[in-house]
Amino acid sequence: MDKNIFIKPLFTANPITVLVLGICSALAVTAKLQPACIMALSVTIVTGCSSFLVSLIRNTIPNRIRIIIQLVVVALFVILVDQILKAYVYEISKQLSVYVGLIITNCILMGRIEAFALGNKPIPSFIDGIANGMGYGIILIAIAFVRELLGFGTLFGHQIIPLSWYASNGGFYENNGLFSMAPMALILVGIVVWIQRSIQKDLQEK
Amino acid sequence: MQDLISLFVKSIFVDNMVFAFFLGMCSFLAVSKNVKTSAGLGLAVIFVLGITLPVNYLLNKYVLSPGSLAWLGEGFADIDLSFLSMIVFIAVIASMVQIVEMFVEKFSPSLYSSLGIFLPLIAVNCAVFAGSLFMQERGYETLGEATVYGIGSGVGWCLAIVTMAAIREKLAYSNVPKPLKGLGITFIITGLMGMAFMSFMGIKL
Repeated sequence: MDKNIFIKPLFTANPITVLVLGICSALAVTAKLQPACIMALSVTIVTGCSSFLVSLIRNTIPNRIRIIIQLVVVALFVILVDQILKAYVYEISKQLSVYVGLIITNCILMGRIEAFALGNKPIPSFIDGIANGMGYGIILIAIAFVRELLGFGTLFGHQIIPLSWYASNGGFYENNGLFSMAPMALILVGIVVWIQRSIQKDLQEK
Repeated sequence: MQDLISLFVKSIFVDNMVFAFFLGMCSFLAVSKNVKTSAGLGLAVIFVLGITLPVNYLLNKYVLSPGSLAWLGEGFADIDLSFLSMIVFIAVIASMVQIVEMFVEKFSPSLYSSLGIFLPLIAVNCAVFAGSLFMQERGYETLGEATVYGIGSGVGWCLAIVTMAAIREKLAYSNVPKPLKGLGITFIITGLMGMAFMSFMGIKL
């Protein structure tokens, strides 16, 4: 099978930094690593499964009402994920609050279904969905890593920066509270885009 | 009355959809290239939020939330349909957008030609859907509160996209490093504007 379907969405056609899809949820859940990982996993599962299902029924969907059908398919999987999160990791599902529901309107889903799943067989569509979810996840986890390390001095809730370094214990270090705030996420995505585009010159805008 | 006014101001500035919650970013980044079109999209968002929130509020109150079906009779009092709320909300939004589009096309062709292309986009604008979810999560108590919250957050979104478009129009003449041009610098400016909006956070209303 074509390897490109899987590799491209991870880097050269990354949904966040290149296609600019699904930004909303990407930024809101990245203050800490744990919710970011759960979010990345949920989105990967939902994109994979809904691409698969839409591709399976693509020949029977009437063209005029396809958007509503796609929304219903996506909503089905999102509700499943939401109920599972509420049942097993209730604390995290509280932290993610409305953003799990917002996966429904995440543009990655509609974008990939429209652009890929409607014109391809179920298995490649499933792989395309999973790969796009993972491309989204990579950026999410990278940003959450920086934000949690600099904003709280922890990773996955474990203290990384030695406590004796902190100014309150006679050291020299302070957590940078700005990293735990919303705007820093946007600036970090900006920096990721900057790095990627200085490596891949063909993506630069005129 | 005073509660409603402070909720209105709060939803525009303190809880701004774009800068405090990053909602509706996709169309925010894609359409904010010039002031005129972004004002059009902003108006359409205010319109749709102002209509869908009261409708979803009524659905939530009388159909979806636990025990809300009691008005049907004794036997319905302990039914909990809240797991259906996402699918109901998105269906209401999608069909409302469709109805609004047909209505505007019929009665005000001039408004339709200026808003027309944006209306279908709004069905998948996360700001609109999130408005309904926040309304449910925060439990606004009256129809008035829900409506005011909807219109207020729409105005906040409109304000954000229009200011962003104004900045980007000026930015076209400045000398940005090549890899940062376009998308990168837009992200960073949004971040800086978000920091400015953070100064509203301490305000208690």
